[in-house]
Amino acid sequence: MVALLEVDQLNVSMRSEAGRLVPVIENLSFAVAPAQTLALVGESGCGKSMTALALMGLLPEDFVITSGRILLEGRDILSLPARDMRALRGSAMSMIFQEPMTALNPLFTVGDQIGEVLRWHRGLGGAAAREQVLALLRAVQIPAPERRIDAYPHQLSGGMRQRVMIAMALAGKPKLLIADEPTTALDVTVQAQIFDLLAQLQRETGTAILLITHDLGAVGELANEILVLYAGRCIEAGASAGIVAQPRHPYTRGLLRCVAHLQLGQAPKSWTDLGEIPGMVPPLGARGAECAFLARCAKAADVCRSNPQPILEPIAAGHAVSCWCKAAVAA
Amino acid sequence: MTAFEAAQIHDASDVLLDVNDLVVHFPAGRRSGKPSFVHAVDGVSFRVRRGTTFGIVGESGSGKSTTAQAVMRLVPVTSGQVVFGNRNIAELSGEPLRAVRRHLQIVFQDPFSALNPRRRAGDQIREPLDLLGIGSRSDRDERVRKLLAEVGLPPQAADLFPHQFSGGQRQRLCIARALAPEPDLIVCDEAVSALDVAIQAQILNLLKRLQRERNLTYIFISHDLAVIQQFCDEVAVMYLGKIVEQAPAAEIFRAPHHPYTWSLLAAAAPPGSMRDELKRRYLVKGDPPSPVDPLPGCRFVERCPSAVEVCRQRLPTLDVVAPCHYVGCHRSAELAPPTFDSR
Repeated sequence: MVALLEVDQLNVSMRSEAGRLVPVIENLSFAVAPAQTLALVGESGCGKSMTALALMGLLPEDFVITSGRILLEGRDILSLPARDMRALRGSAMSMIFQEPMTALNPLFTVGDQIGEVLRWHRGLGGAAAREQVLALLRAVQIPAPERRIDAYPHQLSGGMRQRVMIAMALAGKPKLLIADEPTTALDVTVQAQIFDLLAQLQRETGTAILLITHDLGAVGELANEILVLYAGRCIEAGASAGIVAQPRHPYTRGLLRCVAHLQLGQAPKSWTDLGEIPGMVPPLGARGAECAFLARCAKAADVCRSNPQPILEPIAAGHAVSCWCKAAVAA
Repeated sequence: MTAFEAAQIHDASDVLLDVNDLVVHFPAGRRSGKPSFVHAVDGVSFRVRRGTTFGIVGESGSGKSTTAQAVMRLVPVTSGQVVFGNRNIAELSGEPLRAVRRHLQIVFQDPFSALNPRRRAGDQIREPLDLLGIGSRSDRDERVRKLLAEVGLPPQAADLFPHQFSGGQRQRLCIARALAPEPDLIVCDEAVSALDVAIQAQILNLLKRLQRERNLTYIFISHDLAVIQQFCDEVAVMYLGKIVEQAPAAEIFRAPHHPYTWSLLAAAAPPGSMRDELKRRYLVKGDPPSPVDPLPGCRFVERCPSAVEVCRQRLPTLDVVAPCHYVGCHRSAELAPPTFDSR
């Protein structure tokens, strides 16, 4: 299938106070096809959100794309003038942010905020826009949309606000939807509803979704493909079923082992310590050429210490991993 | 047999905390001339045995944090008893209350806002010792060092400021501060929810080790059922200020009885055909209604797929369905609980 979004050897750096460039994302490549979901997984500080912001052209001031290409429907969006980029944002691609409370403007009603997208990108106004906003609110399953359209964000619950965010992101009929931890701020029952809603909307509209999360266990069924980021480097990528069933990188294995799994219909076993990954992600500027996971890896061998970060190599059909010991870990 | 009588059977000797009919109402202005109230906690009773973990689950706004804060006396108690040790601490004030606080500590959800950004980590861990006059001055420095070591931080951490730590390390500082006065009971209010999964595991393992070593008692508030299942000995499910079901962890995940518990389990079940079936049958839609002046009748009635007329008229009491297993549902006897076949 032809990719909708193609990211090719993307490098993002941060300009430090001394004017030095500190790498944030290194040689990241991936592609998303229409109606498919790709999950970007990793801890805080691994560059997930920065990848999303780079795609949207919304990187903070000190962050620069040093090399690489981002192709949306074959068009290199990095070379586009700001004006054209603004036209793409919200229509060709849009983003659902993590915190619906801070991402919505508290001074405008939700109707105004969703209507703004329609005005900008589809030239709708007045009654036509209101009609569309109501349809969108209904699509995201907000009860009593006729009443809620004139509500301010503070009058809505967290789940409802996240639905408004989704409605807003969908208003421009985007081909690519970037969802940055869309459910972290929500309760479990609401989380389940939001994931169901995203899957249903994807079936109806054929939107490609780039889902960003730190919880590998939660995305297994939702995503077609998974890409695991560690310290700005892709360390494992492939079809989601393969990665969840047979993770090959020690970090991916750690991520899966450190979550408790709900067991229904049986008494829980007595407490056994969760598998923890000791330490934390190396901060920006403290990342050397060698494997970034080296310091936390229980399987680290001499080959890991004396060589640079291994390249991402296929280990099975549709499954690639960046690890010197991948043959040993696979066993 | 009422829930209260059933609770009496329980061996009373090792009960550390006994909460009886706790009510916390907040004024919410006036409606058509009459004062109106947010019923944050509306008649909650439970007991926590020493050395065990009591879990509270529920959605936002269900009153789980308010319950814990009322137990800690951090919000005013409208009525009811909080018996800690052998004293009703709901009535204490002034110096006696300060003395009791030494035995009750809390770890909050967000380690970024729970630490003072302008004070060094060591001083913040030391503060409860200073305030409660525990140990001599030189003892206290020694104790801060020991506490840092216990939560897995180096002694140099004492001289750093909160912004110099990661989220997981800050939560370790908060735990060290809670441990400082050697409390009996620690409330963990969503203590791992704001952390990445890998860091969550580290903190949960740490809490469990401390519990083993110091015979600590926890009230563990979370909306993550998988964590609750593994971490807690007893679990209460709250909905709009009420406990709707309470049972040992072994029991509640094997044979849940309340439709709301079913919905929570359906939402959190592992992926597969069993979950699809559970979700189809039990997952409720929408959000909880407002806790301001709730209507008579069961709190869950508006979202409950099994609601009948009596549910709208009368509030169900907590009934005993099995030893130590209480359910507040008019229809608990007739509704068949879900089957968890993974076929």
